[in-house]
Amino acid sequence: MRITQGTFSFLPDFSDDEIRAQIEYALGKGWACSVEFTDDPHPRNVYWNMWELPMFGLKDAAGVMMEVAACRKAHPNEYIKLNAFDSTRGVESMCMSFMINRPKEEPGFGLVRQECSGRVIRYTTHSYAPDRAPGKRY
Amino acid sequence: MNKPTEGMITDLKERYKGGVLKYKQMGYWRPEYEPKDTDTICVFRITPQEGVPADEAAAAVAGESSTATWTVVWTDLLTACDSYRAKAYRVDPVPNTGPGTNTEQQYFAYVAYDLILFEEGSIANMTASLIGNVFSFKPLKAARLEDIRIPVAYVKTFKGPPTGIIVERERLDKYGRPLLGATMKPKLGLSGKNYGRVVYEGLTGGLDFTKDDENINSQPFMHWRDRFLSCMDAVNKAQANSGEIKGHYLNVTAATMEDMYERAEFARDLGSNILMVDLVIGWTAIQSMSNWCRRNDMILHMHRAGHGTYTRQKNHGVSFRVIAKWLRLAGVDHLHTGTAVGKLEGDPMTVQGYYNVCRDTYTKQDFQRGLFFDQDWADLRKVMPVASGGIHAGQMHQLLALFGDDVVLQFGGGTIGHPAGIQAGAIANRVALESMVKARNEGKDIAIEGPEVLATAAKWCKPLEQALETWKDVSYNYASTDTPDYAVTPTASN
Repeated sequence: MRITQGTFSFLPDFSDDEIRAQIEYALGKGWACSVEFTDDPHPRNVYWNMWELPMFGLKDAAGVMMEVAACRKAHPNEYIKLNAFDSTRGVESMCMSFMINRPKEEPGFGLVRQECSGRVIRYTTHSYAPDRAPGKRY
Repeated sequence: MNKPTEGMITDLKERYKGGVLKYKQMGYWRPEYEPKDTDTICVFRITPQEGVPADEAAAAVAGESSTATWTVVWTDLLTACDSYRAKAYRVDPVPNTGPGTNTEQQYFAYVAYDLILFEEGSIANMTASLIGNVFSFKPLKAARLEDIRIPVAYVKTFKGPPTGIIVERERLDKYGRPLLGATMKPKLGLSGKNYGRVVYEGLTGGLDFTKDDENINSQPFMHWRDRFLSCMDAVNKAQANSGEIKGHYLNVTAATMEDMYERAEFARDLGSNILMVDLVIGWTAIQSMSNWCRRNDMILHMHRAGHGTYTRQKNHGVSFRVIAKWLRLAGVDHLHTGTAVGKLEGDPMTVQGYYNVCRDTYTKQDFQRGLFFDQDWADLRKVMPVASGGIHAGQMHQLLALFGDDVVLQFGGGTIGHPAGIQAGAIANRVALESMVKARNEGKDIAIEGPEVLATAAKWCKPLEQALETWKDVSYNYASTDTPDYAVTPTASN
């Protein structure tokens, strides 16, 4: 399966030029870019690993692309996303976030149903990959 | 201290001798008055009866929406009555009304209200004054509350949206694009099981949200528990299929607060992240549900069912921009605010004005968008506007250009009516949306180049090609009823 988290997951994977164009848009808005990676893409997993700190003050897309390349080299078979953060008062949150790397195989998720009283069911989204140890998930 | 006003009776003996006075004489017309920062200011569009002068009509509005009764009462003197009187301080003829036009003479009457007049944190109290008796008052043929400036001092007595745009996005983990939704169709008659099928197909296809319609409550064909169980099964399965957070607005509108709380609790226990109510439940119920949502980490979706009865006609009622301001204070997270291009009423600039009211940190005066006042929102959370009703993938460029990223675009028929099925409809909309956001970010002028962007994406996305072909000729080009009336006043250049 293809996990469709992120701003552009329904489009074909972006080339480096397409990623750079989005970074330029973000920097033009005054947003700070950051790179995050994970081997646990559960939809409730908010805290992916940060690749370095968010690049506050960096104005050059080439600098962001260097970090993208470095993170991809270190984690070629994991999920990597590029985020843009707006620190304007009243926003102070991400304004863009899209996948720039995926594992070759995406095992996806199962749904665990716990049958309770009446017809009530409690649901757990179960991520297949983290059943294995970190480093052996994909 | 303000100077006495012409026409106002200041001699106490004369003023309170009993009988009936003009509102102007009673002190409700105060052209010299300068509103305080802590005053609420309303602008009413009024159509006075024949022979009633504009300033007297404005004074009557001020009187009837604050302290006045039809006759003089000496008991006023037991109060600091001047502060309780609303003050009409300005009257302007409405452009393009009166002699020589097709419309009777109308005026914009500006009225200021002291902070003491309204109970803290109560829209019910504020509306009981501002749109209470005054709208039935005989000396006026018609009246419409066009806009309101709410002072920061009063804004701060409200908690506002329980979630707000920023936290909603963080909970959903969705950034940088409008959210996609669809209202389940047909509106009425589906069983719980069949209804859940539509939810499942839409969400699995690529929508972020699906939605109950306003009149889906607990009818014989589908009781509410059945609906909730079926929908949550669909939501969770779609979530596992996609790895994305999904939601279905479960409508908890019901006959009593007790019923609504019971339904809300069941939705929460099933793991729903969003609830829905209709505007017709009333201000008090809205504020109660907002509090409940705060306590239970729930997003609150507001469907504005019924608003057209009093917002649409220009001469009488309440403008939707005022309703939107009250709803932001009362505390809703989503609000239907119009599409401009779809099947329901809405002049594009006027609709953009509603969006500003929902999303701004500080709303600037903007007469073209119907905004009469600056409004400081005092860091109150922002409401996510919802564009819903007769829109389809072929309009994606117009919708994104008009409304930007912070909006839920709801394609009900435009998803479920897709010739290749509901999932195909959802894919078409999601691909159209993401392609358009990408193009805009790359610097394309999507208002002009949009159709080309869609055509390019349709080359590799069959469902989008089919959607564009199916709905290519659908548009709703009717003149809007509710448009702003303003005169462009030249300002001195510096």
